[in-house]
Order: sequence, then C-alpha cells, then structure tokens
Amino acid sequence: MKAQPIENLGYRSLVVLEHLGRIAQFGIRIVVCLLFRPYRIRRLLADVYDAGVLSLPVVCLSGAVVGGTLSLLGYTTLVRFGAEEALGTLVGLSVIRELGPVLTALLVTGRAGSAIAAEIATMVTTEQLDGLRMMSIDPIDFVVSPKALAMLLVMPLLVGLFIAFSLMGGYGIAVGLLGVDGGTFMSSMEGAVEFWNDVVGCFSKAITFGLLTGLIATYRGYISEPTAAGVSAATTGTVVIGSVAILVFDFFLNGFWGV
Amino acid sequence: MSEPEVQEFRIAFDGVSLKRGDRPIFDRLSCGFPRGRVSVILGGSGAGKSTLIRMIGGLQRPDSGSVRVAGQDITAFSERQLFKVRDRIGMLFQGGALLDSMTVFDNVALPLREHTRLSEPDIQAEVNRRLVAVGLAETGHLYPRELSGGMSRRAALARAIVMDPEILLVDEPFSGLDPINVRRIEALLVDLNRHLDLTLILTSHHMASSLRMADRLVFMVDGIAIAGSPADLLNSSDERIVEFLNAESDRFAERHELDVTPLMDRRGKS
Repeated sequence: MKAQPIENLGYRSLVVLEHLGRIAQFGIRIVVCLLFRPYRIRRLLADVYDAGVLSLPVVCLSGAVVGGTLSLLGYTTLVRFGAEEALGTLVGLSVIRELGPVLTALLVTGRAGSAIAAEIATMVTTEQLDGLRMMSIDPIDFVVSPKALAMLLVMPLLVGLFIAFSLMGGYGIAVGLLGVDGGTFMSSMEGAVEFWNDVVGCFSKAITFGLLTGLIATYRGYISEPTAAGVSAATTGTVVIGSVAILVFDFFLNGFWGV
Repeated sequence: MSEPEVQEFRIAFDGVSLKRGDRPIFDRLSCGFPRGRVSVILGGSGAGKSTLIRMIGGLQRPDSGSVRVAGQDITAFSERQLFKVRDRIGMLFQGGALLDSMTVFDNVALPLREHTRLSEPDIQAEVNRRLVAVGLAETGHLYPRELSGGMSRRAALARAIVMDPEILLVDEPFSGLDPINVRRIEALLVDLNRHLDLTLILTSHHMASSLRMADRLVFMVDGIAIAGSPADLLNSSDERIVEFLNAESDRFAERHELDVTPLMDRRGKS
C-alpha cells in the first residue's frame, strides 16, 4: 500500500511525458501543413482577427494601467533617494524586458487561447472534425494550422502595443500627475534601453510565447473528450497549462539567455 | 449468417470486436453490405449502430478483426490512406456536423472546392441543384445555427452527396423530420441508389420507412449482427428480433393512443 503514492507519481510523470511527445508530433504536423499547399489565407486572416483584433481592447487597457501603476510605485520609492529622474529607466526596462511580453502572453492566453481551445473542442463534440475527415480534409490543415500560425503572428504585435500603451500610461502619470519633467523621463528611458539586448530580446520572448500559446490551445482543444465537460476541461487546461508554461519559459529565457 | 444469394459485398466486417472501457460493443461481429443495395441497420440504442457506420468510414478502429471497404482492408490504414478510401464515401452524421463558421452554401461547396477544379459558377450550379434536391433552396446564405435540426441534417445530406459518392453512410436520416420531409429524403435516397448504383447504408429507428426502402436489414444485438432480407427478419423466430419488432409496434400503438385519447375526451364533453 505504501508504494501507491510513488506509483502514482511514476504514472503521472509518464502521462506528462506522453503528452509532451504528442505535442511535439502535433507541432510537426502543423508545420508540415503550413509548408505545403493549399495555403489557407482567408482562414488565417479570420483567425488573426479573432485572436488579434478582438484582443486589442484588453491588451491596450491593461498596458496603460500597468504603465501608470509602475510610475506611481516607482516614483514613491525613487523619490526617497532623490532619484526620481530615473523613473523613465525603471518603467521602460521593466515593461520592455519583462512585463510587456509576460503579461500580454498571459492576457492573450486567457482571452484568445481559451477561445481557440473551446472552438476546436466544440468542433470535436459536434463531430465537425470527423465530418472534415470524412470529406478527406485534414482537420489539422483546415482548422488547427491557421489558428496556431495566427497566434504566432499576433503575439509580437500585441506585445508591441502593450508596451506602447504602458509607456504612454507611465509617461502620463509621471508627467501629468507626479510632476516629473517629460524630457528627463524620456531621456532616462532612452539611455537605459538597448535595442539588441532589450527590444530584440523582448520580441524573441513574444515569439516564443506565441508559439507556446498557439500550440497548447490547439492541442488541448484537439484532444478533448467529445462532451460538454471535455470542452470546459480544454478551456481551463489551456489557461492553466499555458500560463504556467509561459512563466517557466520566461524564467529559463531570462536565466540562460540573459534576455 | 451466411447468404449465398449475395454475390458481392462492398463492405465486409469479419470477426470485429470492440470494447469501450469494460463494455463490449462488438463481439466477433461479421456481416456484409452488398453493392448497389439499400441496407438498413436496426437495433436498440447503444447497440453500436453509429459505431458500425463510423468503422466503415475509418473513424473508429476495431480492437481486432478486419473491416474491408471496396476490397481493401482499412483496419491498419494510415490517415492518408484512409483519405483515398473516403473519397468514395459520403457520410451524414446524426447531428449534421456542418461547420458552423460557414454558411450552408459554403458547407455544401466545401468538398467541391477542396477536391475539384470546378469553376465558381459550376460550383454554384451544382450546390444549388443539391440544395433544391433536399428541399432547401434559398437557404444557402444562412448559417447552420439559423437552421432547425431537421433542416441542418438535410443540408448535411446535400454535402454528403455533392461529390457523387459510391457509398453513402447515413446515420438516422429521419429523426426530427416531419412526414413530408421523411418521404422527400426517402425518395431522394432511393433515387440515388437506383440511378447511381449507390451502396446505401443507413441506421434508423423509423420502422415504416426502413421496411419500404431496405433491400437488406442488419439487426444489431448483443454485439453481433443478424442480417437478411426484410422478409427473413420479419418472419424470423429469433426471440431477440421478435422482441424488438414487437416493442416497435407497441410503441407505434402507444403513440396513436396518446394522440387520439384527448380528442375523444373533448368530443365526449361537447
């Protein structure tokens, strides 16, 4: 009886490993579908609209609020040391290096990732994917690939917008509310942020997160059970696994790559 | 059950077993479906009628045994190989399985756009012809969510036959249809069968239309299939078949009583 928790651990590890293998296979099938004709441009555009354009309000609003909050918090700390002219550095670096890509990816996973998983899982439940198979149309080619690619394309763009709105929010609060000089704010940011290290690193993160979210959301929807509970499990699973994966990958990217 | 009169089985199951969890669905089931005939699969709910149809399409693999479709054993086929087999098969799912992100027209046009080089006007003409045949002219611009259950199944039937398949698998074509549309779909299916030599396999609870259409009945019970002509099965002494047929006619009588009694009451009062 005592062996049971250990057996359980072993079993669960095997399940996780099996899923990792399947996700890798699934990813390869998506890439193969994307490389060969037919190219499904219209479906891709529709999916870019769903994942990207419909996420704009959430991303822009959150960006502005996060930038403003950083200014407020940063100012109260910096002013104690008489270093309020470094506020631009603080807001710029934290948003571009860390908060921009990570928060955007978490927001997009919650909004668009869960929507993708729910849509595919519903198609499984209502036999729409089987219907495609019976018409000799590969569901990975027709449904999954455009959605995964759309996620990869919109993530860097949304991260860029999040950062732009954060900097505007941060600038607005610093200059309008806290009385920091606008020129000082901007020049301190400009002096601290490096293009290759910070900006390129930020977008490498964005691309990695886009890939992760697209893959996890489509995979989780695709393997769901054909029931209402299956759809809900796919949605929850995408948000939970997606968010944790984003945070873990962020840690390793920061640690090993120095991004 | 051996049947010497059937010369060629287009689809043949041989010793097929399938379990779902601990529950056996098929237990060394063997049966065949002759080319160019109408076969109706009967059986109680949970007897595995839909599963049998899904197996012919390669959507469900058996645990053991073989399924031959058009002369090929598809049991171990890859998805790519199955696509080749499915090019000859049309299938109507119980829920219709129309893509809800597309209009009815685009749904019916999808196989043509994916697998043929027809021009857009030709596709339009072909799709409209099929929609008229299932009684859905003027609904092409609607989305599946805007159709009733019966209408979306008729649209799905139009999609299933738009490529002129050799084999048509139809899961419960009549449930949810009014009597006029039952007759219409029945006539359409029989017409396809007669003129295109279509091998038609359908599952049904609708006894009357099953008996009218079927060249062959396949009765699913206890994980096996008992097949024969309608006359064979109606005169069968197998108690499982007798029980099922009696239950069907009881249900028929019950339905009529339920419909008639309130009318009688009202008449009595006036």
